[in-house]
Amino acid sequence: MRDDAAQKETLLGADELVLNMGPQHPSTHGVLRVKLKLDGERVRGTECVIGYLHRGVEKIAENRTYQQFAPYVDRMDYVAAVSNGLGYCEAVEKLLNVEAPPRAKVIRTIMTELQRIASHLIWLGTHALDIGALTPLFYCLREREEILKIFEKYCGARLTTHAFRIGGLQYEAYDSFEKDVERFCKDFERRIQEYVDLLTGNSIWIGRTRNVGVLSAEDCIALGASGPVLRASGVKWDLRKAQPYAAYDLYKFEIPVGTNGDTYDRYMVRMEEMRQSRLICLQAIENIPAGPILGKVGKVLKPPAGEIYHSIEAPKGILGYYIVSDGTTQPYRVRIRPPSFINLQALDKMARGHLVADVVAIIGTLDIVLGEVDR
Amino acid sequence: MQIPLDNDLTKRYREQFGAAILDAVEDRKQPYLIIAATQLEEIARYSRDVEKFDLLEDYTAVDWPRREKRFDLVAILYSFPHNLRLRLKIPLADGETPASLVEIWPTANWLEREIFDMFGISFSGHPDMKRILLPEEWQGHPLRKDYDILQQDTAWVRENLGIESGQ
Amino acid sequence: MNPALHDVLAFLQAWWVELVSGVVIVGVVPLVAGYLVLMERKLMADMQARLGPMRVGPHGLLQPIADAVKLLIKEDIIPDNADKMVFWMAPVVSMTAALTAMGGIAFGPSFLVARDINVGLLFVIGVSSLGLLGIVLGGWASNSHYSIMGALRSTAQLVSYETAAGLALVSGLLLAGTLRIRDIVYAQEQSGVWFVFLVPVAFFIYVVASIAETNRAPFDLPEAESELVAGYMTEYSGFRWALYFLGEYANMIVVGAVATTLFLGGWLRPFPNVHWMNWLDALPALFTAAVGAYCVFRAGKQPARVQVWFMWAVALACFVVALILAAPLYGPLSFLKLGLHGAFWFLLKISAYIYLFMWLRFTLPRYRFDQLMHLGWYILIPLAIVNVLAAGVAMILEMEYGWNRWLALVVTTLFTLGVALFLLRLNDKREAEASSAAPPSEEPSTEDSYAG
Repeated sequence: MRDDAAQKETLLGADELVLNMGPQHPSTHGVLRVKLKLDGERVRGTECVIGYLHRGVEKIAENRTYQQFAPYVDRMDYVAAVSNGLGYCEAVEKLLNVEAPPRAKVIRTIMTELQRIASHLIWLGTHALDIGALTPLFYCLREREEILKIFEKYCGARLTTHAFRIGGLQYEAYDSFEKDVERFCKDFERRIQEYVDLLTGNSIWIGRTRNVGVLSAEDCIALGASGPVLRASGVKWDLRKAQPYAAYDLYKFEIPVGTNGDTYDRYMVRMEEMRQSRLICLQAIENIPAGPILGKVGKVLKPPAGEIYHSIEAPKGILGYYIVSDGTTQPYRVRIRPPSFINLQALDKMARGHLVADVVAIIGTLDIVLGEVDR
Repeated sequence: MQIPLDNDLTKRYREQFGAAILDAVEDRKQPYLIIAATQLEEIARYSRDVEKFDLLEDYTAVDWPRREKRFDLVAILYSFPHNLRLRLKIPLADGETPASLVEIWPTANWLEREIFDMFGISFSGHPDMKRILLPEEWQGHPLRKDYDILQQDTAWVRENLGIESGQ
Repeated sequence: MNPALHDVLAFLQAWWVELVSGVVIVGVVPLVAGYLVLMERKLMADMQARLGPMRVGPHGLLQPIADAVKLLIKEDIIPDNADKMVFWMAPVVSMTAALTAMGGIAFGPSFLVARDINVGLLFVIGVSSLGLLGIVLGGWASNSHYSIMGALRSTAQLVSYETAAGLALVSGLLLAGTLRIRDIVYAQEQSGVWFVFLVPVAFFIYVVASIAETNRAPFDLPEAESELVAGYMTEYSGFRWALYFLGEYANMIVVGAVATTLFLGGWLRPFPNVHWMNWLDALPALFTAAVGAYCVFRAGKQPARVQVWFMWAVALACFVVALILAAPLYGPLSFLKLGLHGAFWFLLKISAYIYLFMWLRFTLPRYRFDQLMHLGWYILIPLAIVNVLAAGVAMILEMEYGWNRWLALVVTTLFTLGVALFLLRLNDKREAEASSAAPPSEEPSTEDSYAG
């Protein structure tokens, strides 16, 4: 299903072709429409048309209580729902001036890191599929299946988990939680090696991803790109280290950095991030503190009037919540800073001068989820 | 929860811009400055170049319809060198068009378009001021407090489906 | 008797083998191609940790029938402004080219379909190239700018890699000395080894070039789903698409047959002339019997009754085939050996070749079009030319200067490998230079460098 309506636009006398990609397209990872301005085969500019998945989440938030809004948050970046939940719950906890107990923080960290691995697995599978490697997708989904089984055992849901509550957790870690996580992590190292064998040294893969979609560090910061995109351009910065939240300050992990800021570096950064997440999980399950899982939070949440901004390092980038309270049970304004939305802005800069066949690779490497772009 | 703020950072801003810094507050350990819209561009440039707030982390607005200056434009800045976050709040009246920050932080391009889309605040100097999430022909700005979802739904259903909405 | 009827009967009497074979090809090859598709799906599934088609028939074995029926009953959509005649004809041309090329292939010394043409191999290669016409016509008839661009791209790719493939075949032909299919295999029998061991570089070039020729991954950009520019097949649906698709798989069989004939010894068993290796003659029967035994072993583990029976039926069929293959080992029946065992070895080699194609498809990502053309023109064709020269030099060394054939060929092969390394090194350097330079500039480039 391809939408190949093409219009000839004459711009400044040059013969420019506008090629339309999407919104139904196998490789735009959701309903995204990209208008490519082509000159022959080279891309001269892109224009993204988004909003096909806009559901008005921020307006909905003004009409729900704080607890009622929590499930909506999962539906934004539906590939990494647990991270969204973590950001929201921590933001509201800051608004209420409560802190989740240590046991809750550690379990939250484990779940979020597993979710990071799961999100990166989807990214890897679909990105490789766009470039033509058919097999990594199925291997990645096989691994993701294990993580989703853990989520299902924990909170009953695989995708839109609503795993955390404001103040901590609702569900205690089930009996074999640590064993399951440990078994997954022990297995995962071998699996990552499978992906590395298939892709990392493959000269076709390198040829398709080296020097494709280069973004310098200054451009990244200027355009607001964050997450693996920023790190692949050489900026060694991770919010989990800069301003630790949950239990991240307890664990040792590295921040992978790239050099060129091209697609290949983003691939390497995300692969290494998966390894680091695995290490965090292994450290965390060794010592989950005992104690309560829910802090002292009442049934009815009425934060004192004011505002808060809290951001976390979601798998896609910096996910921020700006919540304004007017003292009632419903938030006055909830603003979600969506990493995919802001990363997608960089598409224009990254795609210029490349061939049409590279645009697909560049969209894939940005790792966007349209649920988050549009909210 | 709000306590007035008077740290070094605030002092430097006040020195530089004087009366344009309307207020400096710290709420739940997060600082924000309330600044005048007229000096928005200069303060932004100063923040980026001198105070090294090189990342415009977020840019949004809040609607307080009963206030005279009903909108609060909120810019959340982050400094990589200092690992510091700062919020700038700019009160705006309905119809006021603040300067666009695209020249200073290119990421403001889509962020300002979304503010325009949701609140109707137009930015002067923006290269592409049009709606981003909603279709071009959409009427109204949804995140304003006087935008009634139910009324909009019933109107659409009546117009397009010819029945009364069950909401 | 009526003289006209007499003529017709005489004609039939002289040509009935060829006629029947033609009918068999047109009837059987599409079915075989359909089952090749199923094979590919099952193999793909196995490599991707899943099962593949399982529902239609036992283990999905009736899937191709279901697909064929579905495609036949689909609505026949023709684009509005398309040239109807050409639109109709294009997939037919493609399929006809592939099937006609099959006519020139020999599965055994007496399995010739076409009379033993003296330019046998050239006939096969030439006719299978006519499939290109089907592609261009298909892109043209679709009346879509992007279809024609995709068709031209595909054609450019096919033409470039045909050159490389042809040159690789020439190296083998130098050793064979003839174009007749039967004589090529006899030449390999006489030289005692398959030609792949004598000119391995040529075989390798032919493998790569034939993957590109059949539009298989990693060279399948013109027909890939996730790319923007529509391939020539976009506007085709239903049975027309099926014809293109089957033409592609038939092409795979043709290309495999050519490689098998020229490089892998055709219908010869390994070590065809070596007497103490005669025990290899028992391999066909043993292999089939082993497959049958495996089916018996798995029959007990099937979950459903009908599946148990099915496995037993397959095992029985395997044992029957094993008996048939073992028959020539019994003295008085040894005249059957060349035919039966020849067919077995030929099919085994083609299967291995096609398995390699499929394996590569699931493992490797896709080349971008400019990288593809660069690979063809800058690396494969020069290497193929050097290889022809090397093979020629080796033959001269052997014939004029009395060198040992093996020594001459090893020396020249090493030289060719050296040239290959040199070319690859050059390529790496060129890529490093391109990457160290600034990222692709924004200046407009007016020429489409690979428009063919």
